[in-house]
Amino acid sequence: MSPIIEAKGLTKHYGEVHALDGLDLTAESGRVTALLGPNGAGKTTFISAVATLLKPTAGSLHVAGIDAATHPEQVRRVIGLAGQSASVEPAMTGRENLQMVARLFGLDKRSSRRAADEVLERLGLAEAGDRLVRTYSGGMRRRLDLGASLVGRPRLLLLDEPTTGLDPRSRLELWDAIRSLVSDGTDVLLTTQYLEEADQLARDIVIVDHGKVIAAGTPDELKSHGGQDVIEVRPRASADLDATAEVLTQVAAEPPRIDLDTQRVSAPIEGGAEQLSTVVRLLDDRHIAVDDVGLRRPTLDEVFLALTGQPIDATPDPAPSADAA
Amino acid sequence: MQPENGREMTTTDPIQATGSTSDAAPERSAPIDHSVPGAGFVTTSLTTARRSILQFFRTPQLLMMGTIQGALFLFMFRYVFGGAIRSGGALSYVDFLVPGFLVTVILWSGMGAAAGVAEDSSSGVYDRLRSLPIPRVAVMVGRSLADITLVAWGMLVTGALGFLLGFRTHGRISSVLLGFVLMLIAGYAFTWVFITIGLISGNAQAAQGMSMLVVPFSFISSANVPIKSMPGWMQPFAANQPISVIINAVRSLMQGGTHVVGIGHTTAYWVVLSLVWSAGITLVFSALTTLRFSRSK
Ligand SMILES: Nc1ncnc2c1ncn2[C@@H]1O[C@H](COP(=O)(O)OP(=O)(O)OP(=O)(O)O)[C@@H](O)[C@H]1O
Ligand SMILES: [Mg+2]
Repeated sequence: MSPIIEAKGLTKHYGEVHALDGLDLTAESGRVTALLGPNGAGKTTFISAVATLLKPTAGSLHVAGIDAATHPEQVRRVIGLAGQSASVEPAMTGRENLQMVARLFGLDKRSSRRAADEVLERLGLAEAGDRLVRTYSGGMRRRLDLGASLVGRPRLLLLDEPTTGLDPRSRLELWDAIRSLVSDGTDVLLTTQYLEEADQLARDIVIVDHGKVIAAGTPDELKSHGGQDVIEVRPRASADLDATAEVLTQVAAEPPRIDLDTQRVSAPIEGGAEQLSTVVRLLDDRHIAVDDVGLRRPTLDEVFLALTGQPIDATPDPAPSADAA
Repeated sequence: MQPENGREMTTTDPIQATGSTSDAAPERSAPIDHSVPGAGFVTTSLTTARRSILQFFRTPQLLMMGTIQGALFLFMFRYVFGGAIRSGGALSYVDFLVPGFLVTVILWSGMGAAAGVAEDSSSGVYDRLRSLPIPRVAVMVGRSLADITLVAWGMLVTGALGFLLGFRTHGRISSVLLGFVLMLIAGYAFTWVFITIGLISGNAQAAQGMSMLVVPFSFISSANVPIKSMPGWMQPFAANQPISVIINAVRSLMQGGTHVVGIGHTTAYWVVLSLVWSAGITLVFSALTTLRFSRSK
């Protein structure tokens, strides 16, 4: 079966800015692919190219085997888009919003009504379905927006940062909704700035920066390349920061980082929980009182650092990126 | 697929992807392999028009703002300036003023239209619409249909207010009706101008700013005062710009001819000229709109 998305050397220039800079990506059918990257990485630009909202400067793009450059109108029969900002109409009810989009997907009046009811039910909005969206919370709007993208049952959903701005509970609810879609056989391409989100939802993760893919693979593969779990300690006295760092040096794979702002020392470690107890013991031996000690997943920042050797924001300015190379 | 993420839907029961819906959904877990049909031109236009109309009538600020602003201006011209202004022809000032004022409703409600379009293009509404399997032009046609509906609403309200302030028509009923039809035709032409402004301005505030262009067209016209009372250098623009032409036509139709209104030519001359302007404006600006909206950049 052909991949649902296949991009080769996809490039989009806005004058000097290279929003996409030769991006190669293959998303297999039947799974969630997450595009992970910092602000300005080119995530929205890529989603927009797949949604046929913009014309790439160069490169090729196939969606469900259809050439997006020559047959954009056919691509639009396959996709549903939920953009980075919720685009539902505040002056209409949730149900009216969904019915409208269902009609535009080509359903007749009765089917639209039924599809809207189903989606409201599925997203836990049945109760609020007849209220104006103006009265919805941010999370409800987001969910409705997701609903609008899928009410016509497209084959591929494009979700641009679906959970940005949501509280943890709404985020979990949205994740559940996305998972249930996937189990129904819908393909999903989503973008996110959070490794954890990609990890939770996606089978394949593609890390992008400056319009290029810098790493791709399953969550486990990526973690073995770079971001291991991180141990993080917050000593009670800031005088103990250095001593704490010394302790971590004994167990960590890499030199620990001291964050003076948050008064925390962190270091990536292999081996997880056993190492954690070692650290606790060592700290205890040296009588370092701690407020907090724990093991956490690496942040995007840390994976990024491990993969590229530089932190996300310290990379050279993207604007005049030398094209000669 | 996706074994590691077992479904844990807590919110609702998992609804079927397996039949019962009209579009013969495939067995669960099988990839959905049909493409969606997409709406046609008429459905798209009407569906998107409905959204913009609901948006207007369900947003009290929009609804009240337009009405109050219109009433305020009409009241001020009628009573504050009215005493000092001579209408030029055989008409009382209120009978002179209201037809012109009705025509300028086209411009004033257009400002809101431009802001609405800009809002939709910056908020992602148009991104979604452009990603759907629908004729993109139909989205713009829908917008113009919504806008002309709002213009008609504005004229209705202004006409009623004018009537309360003493405005009466003196032409034949058929001519008066023709006057309204002409205003709607011209109004439709101008919706394309404001859609274009909304699309190129990028955000609602800029759109509001750009639509300040309507001020000279509204005031340097025959709407509120006779053109003969303006300084000589201003008269060529004031007399020939499209809003004045349309006002001359509408005023003559409603009040019984050009001689009553105090302008040259015949009523038919001004009507035809108005139609020519409307056709030209529609052609140019609908083309600009279509290019701008349909093209993938
Ligand atoms: N229309 C445009 N004109 C000029 N530059 C643009 C345009 N759209 C995007 N860019 C630039 O292209 C780059 C990629 O933008 P994009 O919106 O794709 O990033 P992103 O990964 O979605 O970021 P975020 O996480 O902030 O949403 C940025 O440097 C951005 O400034
Ligand atoms: Mg983005």
